[in-house]
Amino acid sequence: MSTTTLIRGARPLGGAPTDLLLRDGAIAAVGQGLSAEEGADVVDAAGLVALPGLVDLHTHLREPGREDAETVESGTRAAALGGYTSVFAMANTFPVADTAGVVEQVQRLGEAAGHVDVRPVGAVTVGLRGEQLAELGAMADSAARVRVFSDDGHCVSDAVLMRRALEYVKAFDGVIAQHAQEPRLTEGAQMNEGTVSAVLGLRGWPSVAEEAVIARDVLLADHVGSRLHVCHLSTAGSVEIVRWAKARGVRVTAEVTPHHLLLTDELVRGYDPVYKVNPPLRTQADVEAVREGLADGTIDVVATDHAPHPLEAKDCEWAAAAMGMTGLETALSVVQHAMVDTGLLDWAQVADRMSAAPARIGRLDGHGRPLEAGSPANLVLLDPAARWEVDPAAMATAGRNSPFRGMQLPGRVVATYLRGRATVAGSRLTGSAGA
Amino acid sequence: MRHLLSAADLDAAAAVRVLDVAEEMAATQRREIKKLPTLRGRTVVNLFFEDSTRTRTSFEAAAKRLSADVINFSAKGSSVSKGESLKDTALTLEAMGADAVVVRHGASGAPHRLAHAGWTRGAVVNAGDGTHEHPTQALLDAYTMRKHLRGGTGDLAGVRVVVVGDVLHSRVARSNVLLLHTLGAHVTLVAPPTLLPVGVQAWPCAVSHHLDAALADVAPDAVMMLRVQAERMDAAQGGFFPSAREYSRRYGLGRERLAALGERTIVMHPGPMNRGLEISADAADSARSTIVEQVGNGVAVRMAVLYLLLAGELPGGHA
Amino acid sequence: MSAAQDQAHPPEQGRVLLEGADVQRAVTRIAHELLESNKGADDLVLLGIPRRGVPLARRLARRLGEVEGSHVPAGALDITMYRDDLRRHPTRELSPTELPPGGIDDKVVVLVDDVLYSGRTIRAALDALNDFGRPRVVRLAVLVDRGHRELPIRADHVGKNLPTSSSERVRVLLEELDGRDAVVITPGGTPGGTGGGAR
Repeated sequence: MSTTTLIRGARPLGGAPTDLLLRDGAIAAVGQGLSAEEGADVVDAAGLVALPGLVDLHTHLREPGREDAETVESGTRAAALGGYTSVFAMANTFPVADTAGVVEQVQRLGEAAGHVDVRPVGAVTVGLRGEQLAELGAMADSAARVRVFSDDGHCVSDAVLMRRALEYVKAFDGVIAQHAQEPRLTEGAQMNEGTVSAVLGLRGWPSVAEEAVIARDVLLADHVGSRLHVCHLSTAGSVEIVRWAKARGVRVTAEVTPHHLLLTDELVRGYDPVYKVNPPLRTQADVEAVREGLADGTIDVVATDHAPHPLEAKDCEWAAAAMGMTGLETALSVVQHAMVDTGLLDWAQVADRMSAAPARIGRLDGHGRPLEAGSPANLVLLDPAARWEVDPAAMATAGRNSPFRGMQLPGRVVATYLRGRATVAGSRLTGSAGA
Repeated sequence: MRHLLSAADLDAAAAVRVLDVAEEMAATQRREIKKLPTLRGRTVVNLFFEDSTRTRTSFEAAAKRLSADVINFSAKGSSVSKGESLKDTALTLEAMGADAVVVRHGASGAPHRLAHAGWTRGAVVNAGDGTHEHPTQALLDAYTMRKHLRGGTGDLAGVRVVVVGDVLHSRVARSNVLLLHTLGAHVTLVAPPTLLPVGVQAWPCAVSHHLDAALADVAPDAVMMLRVQAERMDAAQGGFFPSAREYSRRYGLGRERLAALGERTIVMHPGPMNRGLEISADAADSARSTIVEQVGNGVAVRMAVLYLLLAGELPGGHA
Repeated sequence: MSAAQDQAHPPEQGRVLLEGADVQRAVTRIAHELLESNKGADDLVLLGIPRRGVPLARRLARRLGEVEGSHVPAGALDITMYRDDLRRHPTRELSPTELPPGGIDDKVVVLVDDVLYSGRTIRAALDALNDFGRPRVVRLAVLVDRGHRELPIRADHVGKNLPTSSSERVRVLLEELDGRDAVVITPGGTPGGTGGGAR
C-alpha cells in the first residue's frame, strides 16, 4: 500500500486549484504542478474543496453500554464518511466515562476501529449525577489524556460544584463543556416553549432555562479565570450572553449544532419524535441568531451532538421518545447549506469552525492544522457542487434518527484522509482500517 | 375527513356539517328505537390509555346506537413502556380489523402518531390527548351553545364565550378556542397568568386575568368553567397558585358571580367538576347550567363524527 | 352533495319525457288511485323519501285534500342511515325525518318517491319504518318506474312506467326544488350519475 498520495487540482479552503502531496502521514508539499514518485496514488480532485479533517467536539458513540444504538466502530465510520478525522466521545455511556478505566477503554476502541481519532470526554461528576466531582485528574493523566469534561445530557446545575470543576481542571488545562439546562425550569419539558408548544400542548422548554445557566457560568468562569465551553447553544439570548462575555474577556467558547442552524420548532407540529432533541429546536429568530453568532465568531464551533438511538426509541409517541438526532454524516452538508451557500461563511471559516477551533478547544494535537507542508495529512475533499438526498437507511451510523431525512442537501464528502491514509475514497469507506 | 385529531381539522363548513348531522342524530335518539343499522359490520375500538368512564361510555353508546361492533381496549396500567405499547397495541387493533380507533392518551400527539405512523389504517378519533386537544368535547360544547343561543342551526357568529380556569393543562380549552373561533364566536380566556401557556397571545381569542372584569366587559352568552386540580398549588406540581381558597375567590364561579350574569347566559363545564373550587354547587345546579345536557349531547355529536368518518367510502375506494 | 351532482349534469342535455302539466296529471291520477284502493282518505299517511319524494308527498296530500275535502297528513322519511350501499359512496347528507303528529301506528302508510329503480331505497325505507312503528298497511307510490329491480319490490301506484336501459339516467325535476316540473332521461356513459341510478 502506497504511503504517498498526490491530490491534483483541489481547492484548499475553496481557493485556487493546486496540488497536495501527502507522504508518510504528513502534507509534504502544496503547490501547482507537483509530481509524485512511481507507485503513488494520484487523485484527481478537480472541483473539490480541500479542508483540514473535521473535528467533532460533541459525539455520542454510545459504547460501552448502548451498543444497540451505536458502537465506536459504526459511529466512527459515520464520522469518516462525514469528513471527520477526530471526534470527542461524550461521557454518558454505561458505565459512565467517569474513571480512567472507562476513558481508556473508549480510547482503545477508537484506535481499534481506526476510522478517526477518538478522544474521550470525561464526566464532570460521578455517574453524571451532579453530586461529586469525578476523578478529573486521573482521567487527565490517563492514556486517554482527557482535556474536555462534560456531564452532557445533564447540566452541572449546582453552582458550587460547577465553580469547583472550572477551577480544578485548570491544573491540566482542561475545559468544562456545560450542557446548559436549568433542571427545575425544564421538568418534563418536551419542546421549545412558545407559540408552537402552546398549540401542541407539549410542555415548554423555555429559552431562559439555557440562558440562565450560561449567564451564571460565564460569570463563574470569569471569577475563577477558567475556560468554559458551552455545548449546543440554541437561543438568540445565549448568543447575546456569550457575545457579551467574550467582549468582557471571559475565556468562553461555544458550539452550535447543524440542526439548530437549520431546523425550527415548526417541525414538531406533526409530533414526529425524529425532531425531539435536547436542547429543543427553537424558532426562526433563534436560527438566524445562531447563524449570525457563528458567522461573527461569537460561536466558535459547529459540533454535531450526534445522538443515535435505536428505532424503538423514536417509533412511539412524542413524550415517550428519546431526545437526539444523528448528525455526523450530514454536518458538513448542512453547514454548506445554512452558512456557505447563504454567504455567511467562506470555506476558510468553515475550516476554522469545524476543525481548527474544536481541535484548539479540545487540546487536540495533529488536527485542525493549516493545509500546508509539515501539517499532519488530515484532510477532507468535498464536492460542493454535488447534491444528495438524505436517506438514513443508507448511513453508516446505526442510528436512523436523522431529522434531515428526505432533504436535498448540497456538498458531498468525496475523500477523507487520516494521517495520509484514505479512510473514505469515492464517497465510500475504504474498508479495513489497520491503524 | 379522514381522522378527527384536532378541532383545527374542521373548517367552518365542516364544523357546521358535524353539528347538523348531530341534530339529526339527536332526533333519532328521541325515538323509542334508538338503534340505527348504519354502521353494521364496522368495528370501532375504544383505546383508552387513561381512565375516562364518561368519555368512553359516550363513544361506546354512540357507536352502538349506530350498530357498530365495539371493542373496549383499556391499556392503562400496562407495565410495558408507553411508547412500545402504543405501537404494539395499534398493530394488534389493525390485525383485528378496526375501522375506527377512538383514542384517549396521556401524551399530547399520541393520536397523531396513531394516524400517521403507519401503524393502523382505521380512522383515528382523538378522545383527548395529554394537554393538547379534545375535539369531540369542543363539538358537543358548540352543539350545546348553538342549541341554546342559535336555535340549533348555522354557526355561532357573534356568540361571546368566556372560558375560565386552567387553560395551560386543558385540552378542552385548546379545542374550544379553535372550534369556537372557526364558528365565528368570540372567546375570552380568563386565568391567572401561571395557568396560561406562553404563546397564548397567538391564539384566536382574547385573554384576561380578571374574571369579574371579563364578565362585565364581555357580557358573555356562555361561561365555561374548566376543571382545576387542587394539587397544582403544590410546588412539586408546579406551584401554579397559592391556595385553593385564593383560586376559588379569584376565578371560581360562585353565587355572586352567577347572579351577575346576563339573564340568558348559560353555564358550562366539561366535567368532571371540582365543586367548591372552580364552580359552586349553586352554579353547577342552576337552571342556566347545561352541564348535564352537555353529557347527553355528547352521544349525538359522537354519533355524527363516527357517521361522517365511517359511513362513506372506504379510503382507497374499495367497498 | 346531491345538489352539486345535479348541477354537474344539466338535464337540458337529456330527452324530456314528461313536462309541466304531465307531472301534475300523474300526481292527480295517483291521488285518485289511492282513494279508490283505500276506499277514501281515512288513515292515510304519506311519507316522502328525501329529497324529491318529500315535495311529491306534499303535493299528493294537497291533491287528496282537494278531491276528498279532508286533511291527509304528509311527512318525510329519511332512509340514509338504513342504506345498504353507504360504503360505496362519499358520506351522504342526512335529511330530517318528520312524522305527522298522529304517528304511523295502524295507519295506511304510503311511501312516496320520485323514481323506482333497484328497489333498494324502498327496502331501506321499510327497515326505517319498522323503527318508527307498525303501520296497518304500507303502500308505495312513485312518479316513475324505470324497471331493473334487484329486490322483490313493486309499486302500488305509478305515475309513468318508463322502460330504460340501465346505463341511462332518469331525473325528476320538481317546481319546489328545481324551478320546473319534468322527467328527463339522459344517455348513459356519464360516470357518477348515481343520483337516480341507485334508487
